[in-house]
Amino acid sequence: MLKGHQTWVFDSKPVIISSAAVGGAFEAEGALAEDFDILHEDIWLGQDSFEKAEKKLLEEACETAISKAKMKKEDVQFFISGDLMNQIISSSFAARTLGMPFLGIFGACSSSMEGLALASLLIDSKSAEYVVAGASSHNVAAEKQFRYPTEYGGQKPPTAQWTVTGAGAALVAQKGDGPKVSCATIGKVVDMGISDPFNMGAAMAPAAVDTIEAHFRDLNIDPSYYDLIATGDLGSVGHSIAGDLLDKHGLKILKHRFTDCGLLIYNKDQPVMAGGSGCGCSAVVTYGHLLKRMKKGELKKILIVATGALLSPLSYQQKESIPCIAHAVSIEM
Amino acid sequence: MKLWIFVWSFIVGGIICVIGQIMMDVFKLTPAHTMTTLVVVGAILGGLGLYDPLVKFAGAGASVPIMSFGNSLVKGALMEAEKFGIIGVLTGIFEITSSGISAAIIFSFLASLIFKPKG
Amino acid sequence: MSNKKKKKLTPIQQEYQDFAKDREPKPQVLKNCIRAFLVGGIICTIGQGLQWFFMKYFNFTKETAGNPASAVLIIISILLTGFGVYDHIAQWAGAGTAVPVTGFANTMASAAIEHRTEGYVLGVGGNMFKLSGAVIVYGVFSAFVVAILKLTIKWLGGM
Repeated sequence: MLKGHQTWVFDSKPVIISSAAVGGAFEAEGALAEDFDILHEDIWLGQDSFEKAEKKLLEEACETAISKAKMKKEDVQFFISGDLMNQIISSSFAARTLGMPFLGIFGACSSSMEGLALASLLIDSKSAEYVVAGASSHNVAAEKQFRYPTEYGGQKPPTAQWTVTGAGAALVAQKGDGPKVSCATIGKVVDMGISDPFNMGAAMAPAAVDTIEAHFRDLNIDPSYYDLIATGDLGSVGHSIAGDLLDKHGLKILKHRFTDCGLLIYNKDQPVMAGGSGCGCSAVVTYGHLLKRMKKGELKKILIVATGALLSPLSYQQKESIPCIAHAVSIEM
Repeated sequence: MKLWIFVWSFIVGGIICVIGQIMMDVFKLTPAHTMTTLVVVGAILGGLGLYDPLVKFAGAGASVPIMSFGNSLVKGALMEAEKFGIIGVLTGIFEITSSGISAAIIFSFLASLIFKPKG
Repeated sequence: MSNKKKKKLTPIQQEYQDFAKDREPKPQVLKNCIRAFLVGGIICTIGQGLQWFFMKYFNFTKETAGNPASAVLIIISILLTGFGVYDHIAQWAGAGTAVPVTGFANTMASAAIEHRTEGYVLGVGGNMFKLSGAVIVYGVFSAFVVAILKLTIKWLGGM
């Protein structure tokens, strides 16, 4: 049901009956290593290219989520997924292996919540009984496509972020046990003229703020409603900018209940500059760590605001700025 | 004289790199833009006859940075032009820099045969 | 460069950019310059040592010793790139590794190694000059312009 201008309220409360998070070696050294279902020893995953490795990450995440719910691929009606690769090949090729009817989406790093929102809409409107929503990213594949070859000796500035090598998937159903998706706010594209691809945090923060404000405005509730509000991958720079902007606009977000997946995933001593990023970032942190905390009873209501930078390697060369978007999904126990 | 050139190569090489660092950090140029600018500057200084004295003075401090690539391209062009007239500009450009570019191509290709990216 | 961009922004965008700039960690320019100076200086000194070596043992002259010395530095950079070590040194050294010829070699080797998965012809061959192409294009073109200008001035009796 539509509430306000851009928010869906899911009256039937679609359930995330299972989820999975798969990561790479770098994530295995991170702060949330315990909350991954599978962790790989290297960035190749036994494949002969990084792009194929990313596809494998996504396949594993989906297959693990489905088997954790003691179901089969054939029971799932739709697979919604997105990633950072050109033409979202990781998702398309994973869909080929999984064999489920496929809806490919592109929201850059906001794909995880865009997928979860759409999956919940399909379930709530009784257009599906089971939907898998996934997202993935691979550090080396992303660097190769958007920035420089990995062995290139370019110096990264302190605002740069580290793309997560990981994939997350959630199996959403009409009924069952598990955290429930209560509503989702779809974001608008916001462009504040930032054009530095090494400073995504500052580019994405206004989009996150715009969506968060729309969410509270549409539902007419207060930020204190949530135990935790987590942005997808604003990193230290973007997250502090977003916090200050929200303060400036008068929205009282409690600082200890406002975090960022890119800040949670890695340890302080890992060389990630401003923090983690990538479609996989919000996916693995939400579908692994945060849902686990909910099931343990530590969190009852959370709002995940996944943020994406909608640039392409070409748009940057053509001196375009970076338009961004953020999608928010609220999950309640 | 012999040992002094080591000191000067250190200092001059260091200074040229600091100029590059300032171009990247303060003027926010990408590494590609920075190196391209330095090469063009090297070519201009070479044309003005100012780069060779620097090489004499600082040795590798001037010949190792990418600026000397621009200088060598100009020198090659002018050397051939002296012998063969204006067509020498085209035939001579890569004369001196051939070893650098060839080595880079050959060994980069060999590297791609042997190595895998480590991430 | 930033002023030209500022004119195209709306007031809200401009306000946001100033707001964001205040909150961004700035690159530590002085620290980076010191590191660039040290590493750049060391690389050039190694180059000088190589030149001395080639002059003493291989009969190169002061003018010609630069070539083999650069070639050796290029090969060393490519090896370090292949072993996955170069990018870590470069993150620390910044322009100290990028400005010497080592940076040029690294751009080619890293692109070649990375794109092997796309095949040797289109991948390695087609992408090797991805980053270094600009240096070669502008180096050659500016050398061409400078040489023609110099020759024209000479011909006009100016030199």
